[in-house]
Amino acid sequence: MEKRVVFRSWWLPYVLVAPQLAITIVFFFWPAGQAVWQSLLAQDPFGISVEFVGLENFANLVADEHYLASFQVTAVFSLLVAGVGMSVSLLLAVFADRAIRGAGLYKTLIIWPYAVAPVVAAILWLFLFNPTLGVVAHWMRALGMTWDPLLDSGDALALIVIAATWKQVSYNFLFFLAGLQSIPKSLIEAAAIDGAGPGRRFWTIVFPLLSPTTFFLLVVNIIHAFFDTFAIVDAATGGGPGQATEILVYKVYKDGFKALDLGGSAAQSVILMAIVIALTVVQFRYIERKVQY
Amino acid sequence: MIENRPGLTLVTHAVLWGGVAVLAFPVWVTFVASTLTAEQVLAAPMPLLPGGRFFENYVEVLLHGAGNSEAPAWRMMVNSFVTAMVIAIGKIAISLLSAFAIVYFKFPFRMFFFWMIFVTLMLPVEVRILPTYKVVSDLALLDSYTGLTLPLIASATATFLFRQFFLTIPDELAEAARVDGAGPMRFFWDVVVPMSRTSVAALFVIQFIYGWNQYLWPLLVTTQESYYTVAIGIKRMIAGGGDAATEWHLVMATAMLAMVPPALVVILMQKWFVKGLVDTEK
Repeated sequence: MEKRVVFRSWWLPYVLVAPQLAITIVFFFWPAGQAVWQSLLAQDPFGISVEFVGLENFANLVADEHYLASFQVTAVFSLLVAGVGMSVSLLLAVFADRAIRGAGLYKTLIIWPYAVAPVVAAILWLFLFNPTLGVVAHWMRALGMTWDPLLDSGDALALIVIAATWKQVSYNFLFFLAGLQSIPKSLIEAAAIDGAGPGRRFWTIVFPLLSPTTFFLLVVNIIHAFFDTFAIVDAATGGGPGQATEILVYKVYKDGFKALDLGGSAAQSVILMAIVIALTVVQFRYIERKVQY
Repeated sequence: MIENRPGLTLVTHAVLWGGVAVLAFPVWVTFVASTLTAEQVLAAPMPLLPGGRFFENYVEVLLHGAGNSEAPAWRMMVNSFVTAMVIAIGKIAISLLSAFAIVYFKFPFRMFFFWMIFVTLMLPVEVRILPTYKVVSDLALLDSYTGLTLPLIASATATFLFRQFFLTIPDELAEAARVDGAGPMRFFWDVVVPMSRTSVAALFVIQFIYGWNQYLWPLLVTTQESYYTVAIGIKRMIAGGGDAATEWHLVMATAMLAMVPPALVVILMQKWFVKGLVDTEK
């Protein structure tokens, strides 16, 4: 789509795009290029000698069991966050779509956690699940469950999944609700006249028609779990116990800033960039095509 | 509703109230903890009804900070507010300009520039941490508001959104402006900007929350406590490991302070918030 009417100037458009482009080049393209370049170098931690090593950093990563473990943790973590978060949100959205009285109030009461910073979300849940003084941890002990996210890697993973999911429910809820409201009421009425109950109507009509929204949210949730959860991991577990909750973005940070392994950290950055690019391409291609049965 | 099923209506309200309660529970406990004394919080389980130290605890963190962090919370709140405002306004301003240029002018490299901006969607700060940090440090922007905000101001989503919106502005308006002898910038200020008010408000809400909640970037570029944002400061208040060493009642008061401004923005500007969220994901 193009404008028929345009203004003419040989310099003004360049001036207008200049601020955006300058920031993009200085803070996006230049560092991204640097990351690619550094991923091909090996540097000692003191920065005294630098050597071109080709793909050696990548080869080291692929052979590094910690890195592979981090990949696995990230995969499990993002699938759990996406799966649990979307199921809960869909449930709430379906009921909120039903409730006529108080629908607006419910909506407000469900969307506000979006505003909470990930780091604050992590601290809230860390406090509730703190083994010695947390309220929920206390209830769990009363029920005879053992719980210690500082020692048990499963518990630590559960903690960050809960914090990340809690924050994401409101987002999913809004999109599911919008999706539900765009389904033509006539379809549902027709099914009701034919004698289909609410459950059957949901599974045979509503759920299939929601598939574009579901697919879109799946991609967005995975991106969220991959990249927006650094603060949650940093505040709730610090990657521990051991490396049990060290997701990929956390490892890039730790290897780069704490272990000063510049080449290795840069190689990880490049792999992450490849993942974001793949996810973004998937998102744009399939959302245009509208997944539907 | 299609048929009247009182039982199902009851279940509907029960499920929704259950969901609301689970979502609100952590915040309730946080609020309660922020009104207790340190000893009451440490007594497992802590009480679930507010205590009488609301005023003392909030004054304490606002003026003196807590734990390892000496920075008073009011200072961190000011830093967060400045950061969030500069990021939100900066993003909107430079995106309005660049979208205007891309839509209303024909010039060499137009689409190339557009794609250059668009591709930045694929480069979140998390994947290029070290080199970006190095650029900012080479430019001597560490520990400054410029360093905190400038690298986060470029926005592909905002540019994209404004471009979509400008394309829907009728051509007749630009035609009329040209016939009347108005130049492009006059047209921009008097027609395009006023017409974009709704999109600007929606984006502002989203970007304010984005800026307020930044964590990784401020963590890297601030070393002095006077530049801590509240998201960074609250993490520093938690002592490593030892539970007794952390002043949880004060940390929880800070958590409430960190949550209230963005939550108010979402609740009070709900209409713009929903629009912004839906628009930016198109």
